[in-house]
Amino acid sequence: MIRNIKAILWKQIKDTFKNKTILIQFIMFPVLTLLMENAVNIEELPEHFFVKLFAVMYVGMAPLTAMSAVISEEKEKNTLRVLLMSNVKSMEYLLGVGIYIWAVCMIGAGVFSICGKYKGSTLCAFMLIMAVGILVSILIGAAIGTWSKNQMMATSVTVPVMMVVSFLPMLSMFNTSIEKLEKLTYSGQIHTLIGNVENLEISVENVLVICINMAIAVLGFWFSYRRSGLE
Amino acid sequence: MKNGIEIMNVEQTFNGKKVLNGINVKIEKGEIFGLLGPSGAGKTTLIKILTGQLKQTEGKAEILGKDARKLTGEDYKKIGIMMDNFGLYERLSCFDNLKLFAKIYEITDDEISGILKEVGLLEAKKALAMNLSKGMRNRLQLARVLMLKPNILFLDEPTSGLDPATVDAIHGLIENERQKGTTIFLTTHNMAEAEKLCDNVALLNEGKIVEYGNPKELCRKYNHQKKIKLHLYDGQNIELEHDKSVAKILNRYFEQGLVETIHSTEPDLELVFMELTGRKLDK
Repeated sequence: MIRNIKAILWKQIKDTFKNKTILIQFIMFPVLTLLMENAVNIEELPEHFFVKLFAVMYVGMAPLTAMSAVISEEKEKNTLRVLLMSNVKSMEYLLGVGIYIWAVCMIGAGVFSICGKYKGSTLCAFMLIMAVGILVSILIGAAIGTWSKNQMMATSVTVPVMMVVSFLPMLSMFNTSIEKLEKLTYSGQIHTLIGNVENLEISVENVLVICINMAIAVLGFWFSYRRSGLE
Repeated sequence: MKNGIEIMNVEQTFNGKKVLNGINVKIEKGEIFGLLGPSGAGKTTLIKILTGQLKQTEGKAEILGKDARKLTGEDYKKIGIMMDNFGLYERLSCFDNLKLFAKIYEITDDEISGILKEVGLLEAKKALAMNLSKGMRNRLQLARVLMLKPNILFLDEPTSGLDPATVDAIHGLIENERQKGTTIFLTTHNMAEAEKLCDNVALLNEGKIVEYGNPKELCRKYNHQKKIKLHLYDGQNIELEHDKSVAKILNRYFEQGLVETIHSTEPDLELVFMELTGRKLDK
């Protein structure tokens, strides 16, 4: 099992450096944050405003789109079928891709934490929040990728889901109705938690909403897998 | 039969339409079997059933002595499958495309280089799959399956759309596998390929096997003309009835040194197929 997961990880590492579409998802927001944090200096803005804003968008975008894109591309090109007929089990494949995307996104999270100059317990809390958010996004991406027969189908579902997940936290700053809706999403809760990461207080609501979102993602993946499998 | 393939009364229906109907074939270990038929005859469907990618509606298919519907990951180590729709990792090099599977099957880099050399892709080992020609892609796919040293090899139209030189190269690789004792199941609509490579062929038309046997024997069986054609040095073409008197006539032509070439008139598999179905193989 470990050997097959390592093989998938190796394939993903080799592939990503030549896959500009995926690569840009991983580096866009960390680079943008580096630039904005250093170039924009407006006194009215809260401390590390861009770190907190872009980190949430990163959680909602990069892992979700990467996971669904990788799975749907492999399904479309029938490379996944070849892998599954080569003694690689579905779970080994999903773990290999999932672990890879989670690890790369955590490197991105590390860049955000550097931009935010987080240290000690704040750094740990920030990374933990990011880790959980990235995991939920990966599960949603896996559900979409598994459900889709090809890349076009995956994109048509991924884009609206990604827009809702990643832009709701930003839009909630301008509209109270959207703010109510945002509270129901895991990205909204991640937004709240990261917003107060220096003086973190985790409420029951934070944990409950994230857990419910995660459970929905797992159920979505389970239904997709039962319906289409990875073939 | 334990190491070969046995297909027993296999039927496949899609949306109420029978695409395979009562297929019965036995393929011995080490045999090259050719399934010939026009596009849409059901060749790929049968390969999918035999390789466990599709569960047949009726009948039984055994491979390596096991029900094809119950093949496990361990069984797939012994089965090489090359299908046209099986993709390559476009952004990986030839070498890396093989290395992924080498990692899964614990095959060394030297063995990868060896197989790349065998298929004539060693010099292109750093080329990305997306930059390969169709012939090179086919050879890389073949390398991927040969790397596993399979007992049974399924080749779905391995030379379709390739130039003659690449076709020859792939035929050479298939011949090599025959020497190693690999059982090969080949689908093609190229009758010359089947005649050249196969020990036995089945002619498939609209989901039914209309004829089965050794290609040369089939051609002889359908040789209704039974004539001998002579081409003489003076440009004349002469057709002689292939009966008891032909030996004397031939002897006379040869004694006079008139014969440039001599041919029998058995039909090829294409003509056999046309006689049986009224259709051409490549249509």
